[in-house]
Amino acid sequence: MSSPTGPAANGTFLGMPAVPPRSPYGTGHLRGERTFPRAAHDELDNEQLRRNLGKATHSIRAKRLAVTGELPDWEQLRDAGSAIKTDTMNRLPELLEQLERKVTERGGTVHWARDGVEANEIVTRLVRDTGSDEILKVKSMATQEIGLNEHLESQGIAALETDLAELIVQLADDRPSHILVPAIHRNRDEIREIFLRHIPGVDPALDADPARLAAAARTFLREKFMTTKVAVSGANFGIAETGTLAVVESEGNGRMCLTLPQTLITVMGIEKVLPRFEDLEVFLQLLPRSSTGERMNPYTSLWTGVTPGDGPQEFHLVLLDNGRTAALADRIGRAALNCIRCSACLNVCPVYERTGGHAYGSTYPGPIGAVLTPQLAGMHGAKDDPNSSLPYASSLCGACFDACPVKIDIPSLLVELRHQHTEQSGTTAEKLAMKAAATVMKRPGLFTTAQKAAGLGRVLAGRDGTLSRLPPPLNGWSDSRDTPAPPRQSFRSWFASAEGAAAMRAAAAEGARNTDDAPQEDS
Amino acid sequence: MTATARDTVLRRVRDALTLSDGPEVTVPRAYRTGRTLPDEERLALFVDRLVDYRAQVRTCTAGTTAAVLAEVLRAHGARRTGVPPGLDPAWLAGYDGETVTDSADVPAPRLDALDGVVTASAVSCAETGTIFLDGAAADQGRRALTLVPDLHVCVVDLSSVRTGVPEAVAQLTPEHPITLISGPSATSDIELERVEGVHGPRTLVVVIRTDA
Repeated sequence: MSSPTGPAANGTFLGMPAVPPRSPYGTGHLRGERTFPRAAHDELDNEQLRRNLGKATHSIRAKRLAVTGELPDWEQLRDAGSAIKTDTMNRLPELLEQLERKVTERGGTVHWARDGVEANEIVTRLVRDTGSDEILKVKSMATQEIGLNEHLESQGIAALETDLAELIVQLADDRPSHILVPAIHRNRDEIREIFLRHIPGVDPALDADPARLAAAARTFLREKFMTTKVAVSGANFGIAETGTLAVVESEGNGRMCLTLPQTLITVMGIEKVLPRFEDLEVFLQLLPRSSTGERMNPYTSLWTGVTPGDGPQEFHLVLLDNGRTAALADRIGRAALNCIRCSACLNVCPVYERTGGHAYGSTYPGPIGAVLTPQLAGMHGAKDDPNSSLPYASSLCGACFDACPVKIDIPSLLVELRHQHTEQSGTTAEKLAMKAAATVMKRPGLFTTAQKAAGLGRVLAGRDGTLSRLPPPLNGWSDSRDTPAPPRQSFRSWFASAEGAAAMRAAAAEGARNTDDAPQEDS
Repeated sequence: MTATARDTVLRRVRDALTLSDGPEVTVPRAYRTGRTLPDEERLALFVDRLVDYRAQVRTCTAGTTAAVLAEVLRAHGARRTGVPPGLDPAWLAGYDGETVTDSADVPAPRLDALDGVVTASAVSCAETGTIFLDGAAADQGRRALTLVPDLHVCVVDLSSVRTGVPEAVAQLTPEHPITLISGPSATSDIELERVEGVHGPRTLVVVIRTDA
């Protein structure tokens, strides 16, 4: 599987280029069950979530601003990071082949997965080959995206998350709500309850102090670290030049998983490759400062293949496509692949701050999730695909663009996706409405009649003067916002009335009176 | 023969690039590199960052290394201390506890019985307070040694402390297993409250040798 074969290896192949496929519909976690407005509607009712998220996003934001502001070359680092990622995408075939060659030279085995289903099968087979039926996990977005834990469980293999927040989420049979702090929607009392119920042998006198909760997780997991033979991780970076992989973390659970088991399986999206080892000097500055707002995260592990006498003696790297090549084929959307998963855009987003991560329905929430998810999995997988609502989950305020360490122009990508959505959506209510409006506006008589008819809307409006529910096909609009009632009288009919004429005369007279003491703009 | 996944993925990447060729870029590396600072400033910056992460910091000279290490280990009640096979034995000459020399065939669970570990370091970065351990260096040892015990006493020669990240990364040997350490293990996963020490050593003591 890892040996270069066939004509593709030297870059010459025949035939027309085909548009690569998205992540297959109905697999993994790149699509929610409900559209964003519907899911957000319920999430907004969760006061705990909103309070926790408000605190988390504001606090990380302030830390990020402090540590990025202290670097005089922050903008130069962003420029370099952005260019390195763009250059990487341009040279992806050669870089992937180089990475494969280097990892193989150093005693690792490289596997390729067309989609999440195939990646899950590869990991399952590799775990089975070790004879083990349990594995440890390092927090990884890629394995969440493909639903690896659920797949392994269906195959009789228990996967235990070792990041504290991921452990909390897993024990509660819950879903992560933030890339960086996945259990931010839970408070300490809930976490205590979860631990008491699900950690075997936990001290019943455990209180809700975060330090003691963390210590309980330490005790529980330490024994697992010492006895489990296989670990599965993701990777923040894979260096083509040297075959070196990098995992950036805080707790040390990553170091444990990358060091103590006999077999390590790393699942990495193909976009995570970096050309040179030297490039780490840029990303080791951009990532921690953008992510946790620290000058550096507590632990980073770099490893290259297998090192005799140190760490796992068997290493497998699974390179995952799962829609990434489909994103790459999109001239504008490919920029979303530059994402280094720092979560800075989540923390500055006014929409994310209020709805939280669950409303997006995908492993990737927030502004970057709203562009990356449709790029990987598409927006037209089925009628009323929930992903088609994601590009609209934004006010286009642009804060995400300013915060992005690799300068992904997220607002422009959102607009482009909206464009693609309306282009592909066939006959929608919106198109029909626009067509009707054009017909009416072209004929003055009809326009006046329509305005009078709209005045009737006041009858339907409540005492607050708003329409909270419009009839189809306008209910899509009114589901997520109130519509002000139409005015009693249109401007045109007011202007033509005696009252309008009198008001205009009065305004003209007042304007003449004020001319003398008006500010002298030219002086 | 049907196409392998490898062929398919690489073909898709090439197809994608044919369909949407990205802008040609040359990477602008206008960020700061090759920075140097005088010894006192580098030391002050490094110590400031270490303390900020709540690492404990001691300074010493080559001549007082053994005395300071003995004092640190005693202060933390370390009776059994692990060392990598290549650590200078003179460093623990003043230590009255048991010294356990590590080797690759010692099972990791046995490391749990150590009270602490003393190692050297490869290079450090002052601006971020980061220590780089080279797992292939005999005085730093395999990665498990500095991970399992609850106390890590790390000796840093001031001459190995670089100013910024690019200057430190340039000193590394990429193929070696490398661990970057910036303070003790930490988490903010519960209500964003920082807790030191989840899985790695809960105490990190950095002993900086100012004349080495």
